[in-house]
Amino acid sequence: MKCSAGLPVLIVAFSMMSSGVSVAAEPEVLRAQQVRTEVVRQAAPAVVAIFSQDGNGGGSGVLISPDGYALSNFHVTSACGDFMKCGLNDGVLYDAVIVGIDPTGDVALIKMLGRTDFPFAPLGDSDAVMAGDWTYAMGNPFLLATDFQPTVTFGMVSGAHRYQYPSGTFLEYTDCIQVDTSINPGNSGGPLFNAKGELIGINGRIAVEKRGRVNVGAGYAISINQIRHFMDQLRGGHIVDHATLGATVRTGADRTVLVDSILESSDAFRRGLRDDDEIISFAGRPIGSVNQFKNILGIYPKGWSLPLVYRREGQKHQIFVELPPLHRKTELALPSGPKGPQPPRPNGRGPRSPEKQPATGAELPEEKLPDEYKKLLVKKAGYANYYFNQQEQERVLKGLLPFSAWQGIAGKWTLGGRTVDGDSFQIKLLPQALTSQFTKRAPGLQKLDGTDFVDEPPGSGGLLAALYQFKLLLTEGATAFNETYYDGSHPLDGRGPTVDVLVTKNSTIECHWYFRTNDGLLVGFDSSLGTDVDASEVRFLQYTEFQGRHFPNRFSVRYGDTDYGTFDLLTIDVSASENSTQVSPSSQ
Amino acid sequence: MFSRKRPGLAIVFFAIAATANLCSAQSTSQTIATVAPKVVKIFGAGGSKNLYAYGSGFLVSPQGHIVTVWSHILDSDTVSVVLHDGRRFEGKVIGAEPPLDLAVLKIEAEGLPFFDMGMATSAGPGTRVLGFSNAFKVATGDEPVSVIHGVIAAKTTLAARRGAFDAPYAGPVYVIDAVTNNAGAAGGVLTTWDGRLIGMIGKELRNAQTNTWLNYVMPISELQETVGQIISGRFSSTKRDDDGNENSIRTRPRRYDAADFGIITIPDVVARTPAYIDRVLPGSLAEAAGLQPNDLILFVRDDLVQSCQMLKEELGRLESGDQLKLVVRRDDQLMTVTIAVPKKTVE
Repeated sequence: MKCSAGLPVLIVAFSMMSSGVSVAAEPEVLRAQQVRTEVVRQAAPAVVAIFSQDGNGGGSGVLISPDGYALSNFHVTSACGDFMKCGLNDGVLYDAVIVGIDPTGDVALIKMLGRTDFPFAPLGDSDAVMAGDWTYAMGNPFLLATDFQPTVTFGMVSGAHRYQYPSGTFLEYTDCIQVDTSINPGNSGGPLFNAKGELIGINGRIAVEKRGRVNVGAGYAISINQIRHFMDQLRGGHIVDHATLGATVRTGADRTVLVDSILESSDAFRRGLRDDDEIISFAGRPIGSVNQFKNILGIYPKGWSLPLVYRREGQKHQIFVELPPLHRKTELALPSGPKGPQPPRPNGRGPRSPEKQPATGAELPEEKLPDEYKKLLVKKAGYANYYFNQQEQERVLKGLLPFSAWQGIAGKWTLGGRTVDGDSFQIKLLPQALTSQFTKRAPGLQKLDGTDFVDEPPGSGGLLAALYQFKLLLTEGATAFNETYYDGSHPLDGRGPTVDVLVTKNSTIECHWYFRTNDGLLVGFDSSLGTDVDASEVRFLQYTEFQGRHFPNRFSVRYGDTDYGTFDLLTIDVSASENSTQVSPSSQ
Repeated sequence: MFSRKRPGLAIVFFAIAATANLCSAQSTSQTIATVAPKVVKIFGAGGSKNLYAYGSGFLVSPQGHIVTVWSHILDSDTVSVVLHDGRRFEGKVIGAEPPLDLAVLKIEAEGLPFFDMGMATSAGPGTRVLGFSNAFKVATGDEPVSVIHGVIAAKTTLAARRGAFDAPYAGPVYVIDAVTNNAGAAGGVLTTWDGRLIGMIGKELRNAQTNTWLNYVMPISELQETVGQIISGRFSSTKRDDDGNENSIRTRPRRYDAADFGIITIPDVVARTPAYIDRVLPGSLAEAAGLQPNDLILFVRDDLVQSCQMLKEELGRLESGDQLKLVVRRDDQLMTVTIAVPKKTVE
């Protein structure tokens, strides 16, 4: 082997290129080149170069909305602080603030400030990505671009739906996209585009072994479809958490995936899943290996309900499982990122290029953060930035506007009507107690003198307590609760329309209020009497006006695996004082 | 040649790769869908630092014959072979040829997708290629192996000098501009853009002096005969002798080479490297005949020599006692020299 041989080949390569210029290229080649340069031209303005406030550290990001929301890696932003500097290819440096973080998935959402007309990248469908697809990675590898003009690399998808084991405490890369596109330190957090220039992933990891922290032909991008699931929670300023099944799985004989040990406190257990059940599909995707299962589990946030099909003794069963959190809250609430081995952290010092230590930091202007930006950061335990949760709460609470006529009507409520199965009911929500009476069902009584909330009427999961929470929400709004927060969005019950989730807590009762995302309509809520128990699931099926007051006149109640009943409400008797007025629906 | 991991180099090759057309996305995915199932994941011995316990191989018969590299992974009693569909088999080593860094495994299966080694092709520098392997053990179970794209940068000979530059394999290789040779990638395949087999990806190879890594691929033509012999049970391994040279595994006799006359040509790195003399050994027949560095050898006897390779072949055909007539060009003049071919001990 002759080391000197490298030079002649390079020369040959160069001469091939230069001779190509003088000779007319094939039209097809020129067209393909034109398409590429056009994709790059359109995509580049949305690519962000991220630095810490003092100009040190850094990485990449990509804008996804005109009002400045941009995605990056958690391991990039955690090194940059709550406020950072972001450069675009127009050469302008913008301030940005942290919004939400996903330490497990290595994703961060930031908001760039100062414009409402930022260029942004359209989101693609990462599930459509196949091995062999062409991709562009853009960003700021080795922090080369002092003018924030992104570096473009071009390559091929090497594998889709890849699973990468956790490095250190967090940072499990599930269902990610593997590319041979050159990804290097500093590319972290930057976009991976498909051939059409749509955002399909966030570049975050490279295979690093003995060759130093540079590209060795295997880079990994977090799929954009995974990030979509977490997006609204991130926008809500959360430190988001991933999910577990509440059970471990193992590979059985003949490549089956079996439940290994299941927690009895888990929803999966309550839905009937047991040890040694064979998992056939999960979230609509067939399961052929433990990796596949982890891949699917890893892309969903805690709290989502997903369909799971399992086989026991030859019989197939489908259940919807609500996923418990992967971590305890305190585990994720670290002040400064994960400990232990880190993925490639961009620091501008490629191990093989000591002569190229960019002095970008020194060139950044010393600038004080404007006061108007300082109020965009609210620190609170469990949140990356509670300010954005407040913003989202305000947005979602607009869904209560149709109920404004209920404000302050805190006296006695008497609800009367029939259930679909022919029972008649009268439910009283009084200041001192809650009661329910039926012709057929067992009656219910819940005192409000400080005793614990219980499952009354029996088998409803605490319907009386639930309706009491609803009354509080309508009459007093969010201020009635000890704690209120926005918790992102998910498909209702794992199969319905996407809903924004508002969580309220009062003594032991936790309610999840569901507002349909497309129109803000309150479509129902879950009310739990404690942790690790099934909730009373109230779904509003129809609304009407009772004497000018908006109220659901048909709702269903479900507890665990049982339908408790569907209620047709005929009258609401409301008395703010001693004088009660009976009202009937003005329309049916 | 070594591809240094420098941005400059990457850009050069990137430009070349990019000029290739992009319109074949559909057929590319078809190629990948056809090729990937013929590549298997192998799990065996190892697991300690820098001794990974996983590798790649490829099927060459529907009955489960698998070609891979000869490595420590095969040292364990059982080797696990995982097919594209997730099926796991116990693999048995049925033959190995260390000088070729080659081993053949067998699993008990039938009806498998496979490469017909007889249909393998060769390719020249500039050819766009795909590499398939289980690099970094990214794929497990029924997950398809990784695919990367690149260009053949050179076709050359890998010398395995002990000490200065020790390589696990000596012989002709393709050098690839992409990082094909990663942990676990050895035993994977290099194919053309339409999926025709070109070669087997070699091991990771680092030059300790320059800290550069070579991505080399062994041409199928070098392996084919031995693989065939192993499968048919007619094979007996050759061993390296004390000098680290292999004992005649080639079919064509090469009785003489340029060094026998004291001629060292320039490195043979492209398909038709002109046969320039790089050095003339002191006290050699060539020096006595008046040959000098930078002379270009044009004719051997009356045969036109267009490349180092052809020179090699011509010299290989010489017999003891022949008169070797060379026509060389020096500056603008042609010169003819004649050298008596010396006696050589027959091995």
